[in-house]
Amino acid sequence: MNAANLLAQIVVVALAVAAAPLFMAWVGQCRAWLANRRGPGLLQPYRVLRKLFHKDAVLATRASSLFRIAPYVQFGAMACAAAIIPLLGTDLPFATAADAIALVGLFAVARVFLALAAMDIGTAFGSLGARREMLVGFLAEPALLMVFFTASLIAHGTALPAMATAITGHPLAIYPSLAFAAVAFLMVLLAENARIPVDNPATHLELTMIHEAMVLEYSARHLALIEWSAALKLFNYCAIGFALFLPWGLPDRVGSGMLAALPVVALKFAAAGAGLALLETVSAKMRIFRAPEFLATAFLLAVLGLLVRLLLGS
Amino acid sequence: MLAVPPLWLAIGAAGLLRPRSLRLSALWLFPLGAAAAFVLAAASLAELAEPAQSLVLPLGLPDLPFHLRLDPLARFFLFLLGAAAGGVSLFAAGYFRKGEGTAPGLLCLQYHVFLAGMAMVLLADDAYLFMVAWEVMALSSFFLVTTQHRIAAIRSAGFLYLLLAHLGAISILLCFGVLQGGGWQFTFDAMRQAHLATPWSSVAFGLAVLGFGAKAGLVPVHVWLPEAHPAAPSPVSALMSGVMLKTAVYGLLRVSLDLLPQPQWWWGLALLGLGLFGALFGVIFAAVQTDMKRLLAYSSIENLGIIFGGLGLVLLFAASGHPLMAALALSATLYHCLNHAFFKSLLFLATGAVLHATGERSLGKLGGLIHRMPWVAWLALIGTLAIAGLPPLNGFVSEWLLLQAFLFTPQLPQPFVNMLVPLGAAALVLSAALAAYVMVKFYGVIFLGQPREPALARAHDCGRLERIGLSWLAAGCIALGLLPVPMLALLDAVVRQLLGTGLGTLAPWWRLAPVAVERASYSPPLFLLVGGAVTLGAAWLVHRLYHGRVRRAAAWDCGFPLQNARMQDTAEGFGQPIRQIFEPYFRMQRELPAPDDPRPAYRVTVEDRFWGALYLPAAAAAQATARLVGKLQQGRIAVYLLYSFVTLLALLVFVL
Repeated sequence: MNAANLLAQIVVVALAVAAAPLFMAWVGQCRAWLANRRGPGLLQPYRVLRKLFHKDAVLATRASSLFRIAPYVQFGAMACAAAIIPLLGTDLPFATAADAIALVGLFAVARVFLALAAMDIGTAFGSLGARREMLVGFLAEPALLMVFFTASLIAHGTALPAMATAITGHPLAIYPSLAFAAVAFLMVLLAENARIPVDNPATHLELTMIHEAMVLEYSARHLALIEWSAALKLFNYCAIGFALFLPWGLPDRVGSGMLAALPVVALKFAAAGAGLALLETVSAKMRIFRAPEFLATAFLLAVLGLLVRLLLGS
Repeated sequence: MLAVPPLWLAIGAAGLLRPRSLRLSALWLFPLGAAAAFVLAAASLAELAEPAQSLVLPLGLPDLPFHLRLDPLARFFLFLLGAAAGGVSLFAAGYFRKGEGTAPGLLCLQYHVFLAGMAMVLLADDAYLFMVAWEVMALSSFFLVTTQHRIAAIRSAGFLYLLLAHLGAISILLCFGVLQGGGWQFTFDAMRQAHLATPWSSVAFGLAVLGFGAKAGLVPVHVWLPEAHPAAPSPVSALMSGVMLKTAVYGLLRVSLDLLPQPQWWWGLALLGLGLFGALFGVIFAAVQTDMKRLLAYSSIENLGIIFGGLGLVLLFAASGHPLMAALALSATLYHCLNHAFFKSLLFLATGAVLHATGERSLGKLGGLIHRMPWVAWLALIGTLAIAGLPPLNGFVSEWLLLQAFLFTPQLPQPFVNMLVPLGAAALVLSAALAAYVMVKFYGVIFLGQPREPALARAHDCGRLERIGLSWLAAGCIALGLLPVPMLALLDAVVRQLLGTGLGTLAPWWRLAPVAVERASYSPPLFLLVGGAVTLGAAWLVHRLYHGRVRRAAAWDCGFPLQNARMQDTAEGFGQPIRQIFEPYFRMQRELPAPDDPRPAYRVTVEDRFWGALYLPAAAAAQATARLVGKLQQGRIAVYLLYSFVTLLALLVFVL
């Protein structure tokens, strides 16, 4: 681990942290265009974050310190995850510190802390949100792991760089098992990032919200960090999707190749954002108790992918 | 090391000197027992890799001396016993009070006899001593469970425990009977030489699974756990769940990998299926519990299910000629045993502290204790995160290792097994994810939110000794999470003893990469360093660039004016999604109020289907048989004389 690699790692994480709100804004802008609206522009999330950071934090009288540290833990977990995922290259030093299973564990840390914080004040909505979030989580997490397992059978290992290079290593290989996994992954991505059809990021209707119900009591810098880490989470999930299913264009060593990869990655994100917006525009939100069926389908699809890989070797 | 069990017995006997004195046992005997436990742990760990030592004690029956043996496997479990029991004993020193059933001195005796019994189970090298120690362990724990024997529910829980413990003991006895293979030598050495034929070794394995499974809470012989754990005082529940269940794992390891010849692949498959079914069963039932100790008891069923599943994987790999994968699975399984001893003891002790502070075991009457009991709450948080399998704590390490073992499944000779093993991985990740759900419920309902009863405002934090005990166990969770490589290197001696091959070198110390770094690696120290640096850096930057101002106000809650503690999710509410999703698995009874009921009450009870399907029919059959036999007993002397006469006649007919 030399200085150049370390520097590259820090730059990549900083880039991910900085670009995540932009990606969120891009999805929102596409949705606005699809709904024939003008949209708030790409800089809106940054303005919101700036406003929130300047405000005084208002804490409920009953809040304990767990409530105050949870946003930082969540933000730290998401930034840490950005370091694990091969976003701009497969040779970054932190990739060996954690593999795909540890990455899922990291997402679970963020989720558990946020759910605990939501229960901390003891309001009706907080505990409702925590319960629903854990409900989504306990179904989405195994599905995500099964997606990783399918890829790991192709790559012979659970390290993310190995998964990314295993697919690019065979230029003409088409894996039906990965197609199952990709569909499952997309469903998990929608559920885990509180998108339609599982949750609606724009809603504040109390009975339907999941993520928003958990963060109702947060304000100012804590809320800013939560919003930022939610954006970073979506960004990370998309980056995982690229690493697993569209890994072309990732340089395998640190250097100027990473600069060249930047436009390719940006293009992938732009396309993914537009696709996500389209998907959200054409689908309707489900009732909360349809969510388990949705996620169970994702889980079964991922298991099917695994079996296809094992039985047919394809 | 061998001096520790007699020392525990002496400490216990000393408690009888002044059975009514709390000061003697709390200030001297329990801390002394804890010191002995720590010595045992340190000595076992230091000598873990030493060659096996045997010893014959001239005790016991004539011609049947006690054989003792210290090998890496026994030392590992002795380490587990010492490390967990040390923390529990320290806690117990501050925990037991006067006026709670059994007198303190007597309790001290039972407690230390229990500890010595567990140690002797691990040391025994012949079936005779093993069974004696096993029974000592079972009986002393029975008396500990029924400490508050004046309560009828606790007596019946104790009876159920005793019944299943003896069913298990009979099965183990029969297993040893098969294992001796006709040589009528009951030392373990003779059993190793017996070379059983395959059908008989399969019978022995089945009996061992049933016998040790009954002790470990393997489904379907798990029913005593959710009854006995809540009944017992918390340090006893901690010991039973953290350590005693592991003696059953030890027993099965000893029989299946040491005493029996080459394992069969289908043993592994059967055990894998049973274990993973138990894991899912336990965690689903844990999610719907409303009593905090029952919840933890079901969680123990889950964790032991994972351990048995891992053991099944070991047997499967070992039988199919993949020693390296077997070594990986065995390391993961042993590591999980150790982890479970730490975090489950920690959580049981935390529930004990809550119980003492509030007098409540029901989750529906707790809440908000993080403000009144900060020590217990923050230490319990570590246990909660560890048991939920979150990095960088210890629960994650064993889960990670086990998943690696599942994923690197080589080509097994049986094609359909190849297909079933990844499904096992799916079941494992599902139960691990559900465990996180359960633990959020456990922690959130007890420690977070608003107090659900006014009496909770008087709750107090635990005392100094209790804090030390809890801190030790929490520190163990952290250390095992951050430094898995040195611990696994120590475990290698055990793995090599049982399987012949170990994992090999695991260097460097900070990175866990059991197969190859390019394939899978996990580095907890680096993980914590980077995660911690990013988190603290973010906090520092935010405060530096902006400000750290905080105002306090009433909770917002979407502007609803009426907010009280009753509006929070209850334990039932938090478990409701699980009840709905997994409805067919439960035997559920709902009582809904009528629409015009002036005092509406809603009640739902969730029961185990095994009760209705297995235990109640078995109990009914036993009673019917007893009634049939009872018909022979007329109570009239003429009838009994008739019986003697008929017997004599029958014998005469046979003999002549």
